[in-house]
Amino acid sequence: MLEKALTGSRRYGIWMAILLTLFGMGVFFYLRQLDYGLGITGMSRDVSWGLYIAQFTFLVGIAASAVMLVLPYYLHDYKAFGKITVLGEFLAIAAVIMCMTFIFVNLGQPARVLYVFLYPSLTSVLFWDMVVLSVYLLLNIVSGWTVLSSDKKGIPPPAWVKPLIYLSIPWAISIHTMTAFIYAGMPGRSFWLTAIMAPRFLAAAFASGPALLILFCLVLKRFGGFDAGKEAIQAMAKIVAYALVTSIFFVLVELWTVFYGQIPEHMEHYRFLFAGLEGYDTIANWMSVSIVCALAALVLLIVPRTRKKEPVLAVACVAVFLSLWIEKGLGLLVTGFVPSPLGHITRYTPTGPEVAIAIGVWALGFLIITVLYKVFIAVRKAD
Amino acid sequence: MKLHDHGKILAGIVVFLIAATIPFWYGRGKAVSPPDLRLDTPVIQQLQDKRCVEATPFMRSNHMKLLNTWRDSVVREGNRSYRATDGKVYHASLTGTCLECHSNKGQFCDRCHDYAGSKPACWNCHLIPEEVR
Amino acid sequence: MVPTRREFLIIAGLSTIGVACPPLARIISAKTGTPSARNISPVAPVIAPALTAKRWGMAVDVRKCPDGCRDCIDACHLTHNVPDFGNPKDEIKWIWQERFEDVFPAENHPYIREALKKRPLLVLCNHCDNPPCVRVCPTGATFKRADGIVMMDYHRCIGCKICLAACPYGARSINFRNPRPFIRQLNPDFPTRSKGVIEKCNFCEERLSRGMLPACVMACPEKALVFGDVENPRSIVRQLLDRKFSIRRRAELGTKPQVYYIL
Repeated sequence: MLEKALTGSRRYGIWMAILLTLFGMGVFFYLRQLDYGLGITGMSRDVSWGLYIAQFTFLVGIAASAVMLVLPYYLHDYKAFGKITVLGEFLAIAAVIMCMTFIFVNLGQPARVLYVFLYPSLTSVLFWDMVVLSVYLLLNIVSGWTVLSSDKKGIPPPAWVKPLIYLSIPWAISIHTMTAFIYAGMPGRSFWLTAIMAPRFLAAAFASGPALLILFCLVLKRFGGFDAGKEAIQAMAKIVAYALVTSIFFVLVELWTVFYGQIPEHMEHYRFLFAGLEGYDTIANWMSVSIVCALAALVLLIVPRTRKKEPVLAVACVAVFLSLWIEKGLGLLVTGFVPSPLGHITRYTPTGPEVAIAIGVWALGFLIITVLYKVFIAVRKAD
Repeated sequence: MKLHDHGKILAGIVVFLIAATIPFWYGRGKAVSPPDLRLDTPVIQQLQDKRCVEATPFMRSNHMKLLNTWRDSVVREGNRSYRATDGKVYHASLTGTCLECHSNKGQFCDRCHDYAGSKPACWNCHLIPEEVR
Repeated sequence: MVPTRREFLIIAGLSTIGVACPPLARIISAKTGTPSARNISPVAPVIAPALTAKRWGMAVDVRKCPDGCRDCIDACHLTHNVPDFGNPKDEIKWIWQERFEDVFPAENHPYIREALKKRPLLVLCNHCDNPPCVRVCPTGATFKRADGIVMMDYHRCIGCKICLAACPYGARSINFRNPRPFIRQLNPDFPTRSKGVIEKCNFCEERLSRGMLPACVMACPEKALVFGDVENPRSIVRQLLDRKFSIRRRAELGTKPQVYYIL
């Protein structure tokens, strides 16, 4: 079926050419990073994770969000999602590949990446995260591809796919919980050492993932001639709304614990996140954007009149995505490192090469998603 | 599958075969002399019994494995003593033991490595005594 | 007979599983993170007898540190070929000085005596008994020895930096660049590291194996650093800890650090 991605309109060709150029740029700068070392990025001894791991953290959520389509359809027979579960699974494939690539470009010795599987340390959450991510990738490739090719042949999917799809439901929860455990298990980083980290991650995932899916569905309707259906899109929008409310609520409860409890070290991190410390307020400024976007999106999504107008819904989804990309990306990441364990404030700014590599990985993700969705459209059109 | 383009396909196969067999035909007729390993370092010349840690044929094929074993033994187990097959005990150290005798890395180690096209990463970290002094 | 695509995929899948079986078997049967050196038999060392301990620890007698003295830092960084990149972003340090309010934020208050407020305190890897860095390392590149030293295996490190995030003391550094050009004076008795790997204080385990105390301990003109076996009640470090009150950094985190500060 992949051959269907090799032909397309002029617009498709231009889009792919742009993505390939961005990806090529990313590869070029990654080769420079391999040559110079990780010092080519803005990471430092104090802020030792940056843009790459921020993108990884956010994208694991996007990958997990496929469950929001799979669960209602396969467990509760919600027919409206029947046509689009494959879209969710394909998004998960692209997102997981992006996650793994972001981890790869973050490594100081990438040639040794397979040591994680050759010399596994069973107490390491990062090891288990790699395992569950790899299995999740396989689950989605196998189930998504099989369901789509059965669709193409006009027959129901084979029986063995069902258990795999059922497995992918708790597995999706597990990948994002594992990633949250990476952060929530570090005794020295009080900003991250909170039990609500995993629930926060999941709430944000279930808001940002379906928001992205809605945008993709609207794009596919406009450019691909595929209509997911009003009911499916509205259902996803309601999921985004509820998940966003939950995510905001989780942040508010964190603020209560920190500022009513008045432990200085805990408060310092949140002061940095929302107001800045010692003049370093870049993250705080980004967070203002995040808050405005989240609140605006919340209103637009809750009020039925605005939610039902697809152009407005699109704006709301972009706002949700942007808001959570900031909050669950660099907002979460840099704040864990500022102040440092020795109380120092070290500024972090991603460098040009670092941004270029990150854009290259996003381009790779979009390349994969474009190819997969192109195949999807071609198969559905043939019906 | 209809062979409309069998001209192009055949041409492609020929190009592929030429490219894939380059290692076999590119250097034909050219004489590359085998690596000339110099063993006349001052330390070796002063040795009574000119023997390496293990026998030469073993070292030739297995020195990398031996070094990896030393690496794990020293770093991960804290055991810096290596008992050779002849019963002698050596200090397991690339710089300290191997390069003590073979201090001419450029005329010894590098000769075979360059010939075989291998680039051991050891030298990124492990110091070569003559370069330090 | 030409296999169908389905048959081909099944054969390929089974072959992949077959190829993966030996490494899987090795992984399942191997001890967590620690390979065994099967060909090495323990034998009397050819070098000077190593210093051994049940549990290495260090006491820092802060009162003895002279103002402006950096002898221990210089000795350590010289002995271990620690590079100087010349900028705080890429900085690598195994032992360095911080102020009291940053080292002991929980014990700090406005009425701490002035001398202590201004005095630089030495900080280094605490070689914790319950190290979070070892717990999170995905490849076992950092591991705890039986004698308590938290070691780095530079050959195994993939440079993921999770240990830098996990360390509650900020004790670790990563080589953001190739360190060789930035080492002022190479010590031929110790390797350098390559770019991309993490490093930190190793309690001079290579010196201990040759019967020598750590470089920082030996370099100190005032003998402010006291090193020894904390599980041996007769060691000098235990004798000091018996005489003087000592505290440890962020002990409430349960990391069980083995660097004791006498203030």
